[in-house]
Amino acid sequence: MTHPSLTPGIVPGRLSAEEIAANFADLHPPLSDHEAHVEADRCYFCHDAPCVTACPTSIDIPMFIRQIAADNAKGAARTIFEQNILGGMCARVCPTEQLCEEACVRQTAEGDPVKIGRLQRYATDAMMAVNAHPFERAAPTGKRVAVVGAGPAGLACAHRLAMKGHEVVVFDARPKPGGLNEYGIAAYKTVDGFAQAEVDWLLRIGGIEIRTGQRLGAEISLEALRAEYDAVFLGIGLGGVNALRVEGEDAEGVRPAVEFIADLRQAQDLSKLPIGRDVVVIGGGMTAIDAAVQAKALGAENVTLVYRRGRERMSASRYEQDLAASRGVVLKFNARPVRILANGAARAVEFEYVAEGPDGLRPLGETFTLRADQVFKAIGQTLVPVEGLALEGGKIAVTGAGRTSLDGVWAGGDCAAGGDDLTVTAVAEGRDAAEDIHAKLMEG
Amino acid sequence: MADLRTDFVGIKSPNPFWLASAPPTDKEYNVRRAFEAGWGGVVWKTLGLDPHVVNVNGPRYGAIWGPDRRLIGLNNIELITDRPLEVNLREIKAVKRDYPDRAMIVSLMVPCEEECWKGILPLVEETGADGIELNFGCPHGMSERGMGSAVGQVPEYIEMVTRWCKQATRMPVIVKLTPNITDIRRPARAAKAGGADAVSLINTINSIMGVNLDDFSPEPSIDGKGSHGGYCGPAVKPIALNMVSEIARDPETAGLPISGIGGITTWRDAAEFMALGAGSVQVCTAAMTYGFRVVQEMISGLSGWMDEKGHRTLSDIVGRAVPNVTDWNQLNLNYVAKAKINQDLCIKCGRCYAACEDTSHQAIAMKDGRVFEVIDEECVACNLCVNVCPVEGCIDMVPLAPGEVDPRTGKVVSGEYANWTTHPNNPAAKAAE
Ligand SMILES: Cc1cc2nc3c(=O)[nH]c(=O)nc-3n(C[C@H](O)[C@H](O)[C@H](O)COP(=O)(O)OP(=O)(O)OC[C@H]3O[C@@H](n4cnc5c(N)ncnc54)[C@H](O)[C@@H]3O)c2cc1C
Ligand SMILES: Cc1cc2nc3c(=O)[nH]c(=O)nc-3n(C[C@H](O)[C@H](O)[C@H](O)COP(=O)(O)O)c2cc1C
Ligand code: SF4
Repeated sequence: MTHPSLTPGIVPGRLSAEEIAANFADLHPPLSDHEAHVEADRCYFCHDAPCVTACPTSIDIPMFIRQIAADNAKGAARTIFEQNILGGMCARVCPTEQLCEEACVRQTAEGDPVKIGRLQRYATDAMMAVNAHPFERAAPTGKRVAVVGAGPAGLACAHRLAMKGHEVVVFDARPKPGGLNEYGIAAYKTVDGFAQAEVDWLLRIGGIEIRTGQRLGAEISLEALRAEYDAVFLGIGLGGVNALRVEGEDAEGVRPAVEFIADLRQAQDLSKLPIGRDVVVIGGGMTAIDAAVQAKALGAENVTLVYRRGRERMSASRYEQDLAASRGVVLKFNARPVRILANGAARAVEFEYVAEGPDGLRPLGETFTLRADQVFKAIGQTLVPVEGLALEGGKIAVTGAGRTSLDGVWAGGDCAAGGDDLTVTAVAEGRDAAEDIHAKLMEG
Repeated sequence: MADLRTDFVGIKSPNPFWLASAPPTDKEYNVRRAFEAGWGGVVWKTLGLDPHVVNVNGPRYGAIWGPDRRLIGLNNIELITDRPLEVNLREIKAVKRDYPDRAMIVSLMVPCEEECWKGILPLVEETGADGIELNFGCPHGMSERGMGSAVGQVPEYIEMVTRWCKQATRMPVIVKLTPNITDIRRPARAAKAGGADAVSLINTINSIMGVNLDDFSPEPSIDGKGSHGGYCGPAVKPIALNMVSEIARDPETAGLPISGIGGITTWRDAAEFMALGAGSVQVCTAAMTYGFRVVQEMISGLSGWMDEKGHRTLSDIVGRAVPNVTDWNQLNLNYVAKAKINQDLCIKCGRCYAACEDTSHQAIAMKDGRVFEVIDEECVACNLCVNVCPVEGCIDMVPLAPGEVDPRTGKVVSGEYANWTTHPNNPAAKAAE
């Protein structure tokens, strides 16, 4: 019998349970008390700190770090949660190397920023470990708000509204709340069921009811929600995926990377999750990186990530690229797929080399073929349009703090135009929309 | 190679680094190992009369640390040696016999009665020790019994006991002073009047290291209670330096040999004490923190610096900074400097801005792109920005040359020296001639 790692095709059990556990262990293990104090002491408590400006939720970073330094981790957590109720998840998933830590003056000074993300995790963990919720609800207002989508945008919006005393009902199409925190983020960034634990913790504010299995456009409609509730917030993310539009795309073994990742995140036992021996990932964002790294972690022998432009154009940060490379993923640039070769099931992908010019990508007249029994498409997600709402660049058009073209309907997160598609941006937009909804509802 | 040999009131040692009287010098085993490690001398842990004292059996030390647990200050509530006198004397004699080239000074503390002092001195002399140090400094425990700092705080007692000792022994007498007084010159003058060959300072500073906020006991806590202890280590160095310099420049005690103590951790600390007049230096906390080997760094650092600067012997450096320590009223008020921020080194943290804007003279402007610039019209050269800047060398205090106009006052900078004693705002000013 061949060793399971060499079995052709898409099969489970390529690695032992121990190897899989090691491969999916916490990417950045928590800091010890001592490490946190030493790291906190590195912060200069900058005036009008650039790290705060770089944070989409404007957390008072120097203040929370100073609180950690002064042995007040729970006070630090409160500082964080005041701005970002999903500060625990953001501490784990934010590309800090492109946000606060990139702006940190110690990055400028010595190329070694204060480890803001890990300190944030230290503080938020401290409060969540004792299961304390830092906020209380204001007196009931009698207003009711519907939130569609229980991802970061919807949850942040719901929490802020509940805090202000409104009644909130959150509808989500999926069986579990959390959005991509639960179904998308790489498993090694949010270990030990953190996504659900965080939702449970967040709901302790009270006044929020979650209804799962409720899809806008099927079980519920925007018209009905508008009629029944005082306001509606849409945080439905991007439910569709872009197609490759090449021959062989329907072959067995070819699928959107987000589906593979959702399966992986929901798997009870990763050693039972099937994975190819030769895996090809097409795309250049975080989804592509996560699919590739996790395919490798499941035991795929060869994982190649192919991106059509140069390295510097990848939306995944250099840090994420290096992570993938260090885990054994091969990164190839400046090549795009021409066809998927299949005999029912995928066998290989043919690529052509391209160069980026003023008129877009230009073929260089040379091709190569990669063996592939599994192909993950990660070339972008798209909005599933909601009837009646004006769009901008394929997303819901908004003005101000998420006001859509329909009166009484707000939107935020990935589904709304503007801002990066990041967890922290979704939180910021959900929170700001809640403030705007609150102001509007209390106008009189 | 610089010559580090030391002759301190006739006591000779191969280098000026002595271990201060404290646990590192409390027994033969330690002192032999210290000499092997390279220490030039030791002041043996303070001896007293039998029956020997007892120590608490709970924590004797407390500390404060930097965030990476660098020990910044240490405190203790230990008493003098808690071993029988006879044992200590026997060990001192054995060690001195085997290390004749090292300085062996014996610290003493007995009740404030003439026969007590006169009784112990022949016993010490018999060991072959090079000198004695009178411990008038211990601020805890012993002081409650009328010894240690209880003596050191009364100049008349210092003078009296010193005189008794000088009369009764041929050994040089070093008087160790307590910093727990308001004017260090008084006890130093008293020691000199009593005939002391030298003074050594500082002993430890009265301190409470912290309070346990769960049980409200001071730290270190012995069964829920704490007592003030003696503070030492890097944190006390500036206080010790000042006290040493006060004695060095006091006309009444000028020239009195000083053994400098207090927070000496590196060669640089030692060199600073020596520049302010110390002819030898003593170390306790640095050895207790890092072990005896630190003396090797001190020896190599001091001789390296001396070689670089062309100083051949210790007499080339001892006291060199003393003439530059003056009273405030002698400082040149015509000297004008301005802060200057090096934009290439600036990392744009804005600490200088926050400090100056909130607490000083609003003399730093924050411009677009987080560019911080000094406003010469407002800058009084207080140095706070330099002190809070995390980048060494980024902000300089640049003196204005005579003839330049100070944009803050609109006055031309004078090349003449002029101090407060002649300043027009001084009601007591003597008219300039
Ligand atoms: C694989 C992957 C990895 C990522 N990694 C990172 C990372 O490491 N760091 C980072 O900052 N960002 C990362 N992102 C991006 C980040 O996850 C998103 O930006 C963020 O989750 C957006 O939040 P949201 O609330 O707008 O949408 P989502 O998280 O997508 O949540 C939308 C919710 O709406 C529900 N929904 C959708 N349509 C309907 C409907 N019609 N009716 C009812 N409910 C509906 C969905 O079930 C879902 O629960 C990643 C994204 C992916 C896909
Ligand atoms: C635990 C401990 C015990 C001490 N015991 C004595 C003592 O018995 N006699 C004495 O003269 N000084 C004693 N000292 C004071 C030291 O000799 C020294 O003066 C003081 O610690 C300052 O020096 P440092 O900062 O290098 O430690 C003691 C200090 C410590 C820490
Ligand atoms: S930029 Fe860096 S050093 Fe400055 S406040 Fe933020 S974390 Fe601290």
